[in-house]
Amino acid sequence: MAANLFYFLIFPGLLFAGITGAFLSWFDRKITARVQFRKGPPLLQPFYDFFKLLLVKETILPKKGSPVLFLLAPVFSVFGATMAGVFILLPLFNIASGFRGDLIVIFYLLTIPSFSYIMGALASGNPLAAVGGSREMKLILSYELTFLLVIAGIIMKAGQQFDLYSIIGTQQQGGAFIGSISGILLFIAALFCIQAKLALVPFDMPEAEAEITEGIYIEYSGAAYAMIKLAKHIMLFILPAFLAALLLGGFRTEGINILWSILKIVGTVLLLTLLRNTNPRIKIRQAMSFFLIWMNLIAIAAIVLIVFGY
Amino acid sequence: MGFKSYCFKKSLWVFHFGGASCNNCDIEILDCLTPRHDLERFGILLVGSIRHADVLLVNGSINLHDRERLLEIYRQAPKPLLVVAIGACGCTGGLFTESITFAGPVDKIIPVDAYIPGCPPKPEAIIAGIVKLVNKN
Ligand code: SF4
Repeated sequence: MAANLFYFLIFPGLLFAGITGAFLSWFDRKITARVQFRKGPPLLQPFYDFFKLLLVKETILPKKGSPVLFLLAPVFSVFGATMAGVFILLPLFNIASGFRGDLIVIFYLLTIPSFSYIMGALASGNPLAAVGGSREMKLILSYELTFLLVIAGIIMKAGQQFDLYSIIGTQQQGGAFIGSISGILLFIAALFCIQAKLALVPFDMPEAEAEITEGIYIEYSGAAYAMIKLAKHIMLFILPAFLAALLLGGFRTEGINILWSILKIVGTVLLLTLLRNTNPRIKIRQAMSFFLIWMNLIAIAAIVLIVFGY
Repeated sequence: MGFKSYCFKKSLWVFHFGGASCNNCDIEILDCLTPRHDLERFGILLVGSIRHADVLLVNGSINLHDRERLLEIYRQAPKPLLVVAIGACGCTGGLFTESITFAGPVDKIIPVDAYIPGCPPKPEAIIAGIVKLVNKN
């Protein structure tokens, strides 16, 4: 019990994932600034933002709509993100071996933040938030199938193993999955899914700040918004970590290998950031056809290649 | 200086309210966020929703229609909120003072924490004004 609480609250759960995610979000902002020939924010900027929202600002409840659900949604999102983080990071750091089928559990836990954002947006009673919520729903519908196909491909590649620990183990003995044609295809599809899950440009239509002014987060202020920020930071860390576990061969924590592990995460975030800085926002219809046709095609092609052993 | 006010100073999110301005002040405000001046290095961000704002930048003359909107925006903002009046129009009314639709400079409608005069103020002046405002509290 105590060990589980420690896993959840401190390492590798809430505290560790939150702090790492905050640094990654600073990295994201800094790279964005450098791409635009700016100087960018200081290293501790995400922490200033978080504590300002949490401690200083007032939280305003919506007059129309449901205040309880409005306040619960951020808590759910942090909970879902942390839970998924614990299940991903425990096998990744070689602490515990997880259980059979934890891949499916992680898959469902990773959708909880998006669903709770939708819940919070619809509970706020703001029309722009409702627009954002409906867009987020469509986005989930489009990328989720691709994500499932990617996971199916990886399960087949690992020889019908359903748990993260043995998938990482298979890769550490036989080389990372990305070193094959099907692996590269799966990596591309998974990268775009992560981009959409994090709602980064070109898939940021739920929060499109220039168009529906932050959309699903429009009514959030103060501590509730701080919780959302925390959930976003955690997701920014655990999704690249999940990708590293599935395709890049997981982490090693002894000696010089630790640098290589950090590089995997930072490199993935760098790719996501460059993608977001070199693309405009697309329409929701375009995003849906992008995932439902092209990305699914890539994922299915990868699965066919796996069947033939490439 | 406490931890709370330190965090607040380091992360000011700005909401831009453009009254009936001639649009020059708006351009100068956006200039502050461009690569040359880059306010993000002080943690200043432009936000789209008043619920996220810490600073309300008001520029342009406030006419009878804007007055209600400005009050509404001010009431919707989570406190603590700093209000900055930008440009001659925001501070005193500038060349619109004698217009029949003019509803008074910003400080007659909501409390103002800092005034940045100029027509339009240079981006450097806006940055200097915000720095002074931050050092005041
Ligand atoms: S202060 Fe001058 S530049 Fe600014 S809105 Fe008024 S007239 Fe335009």
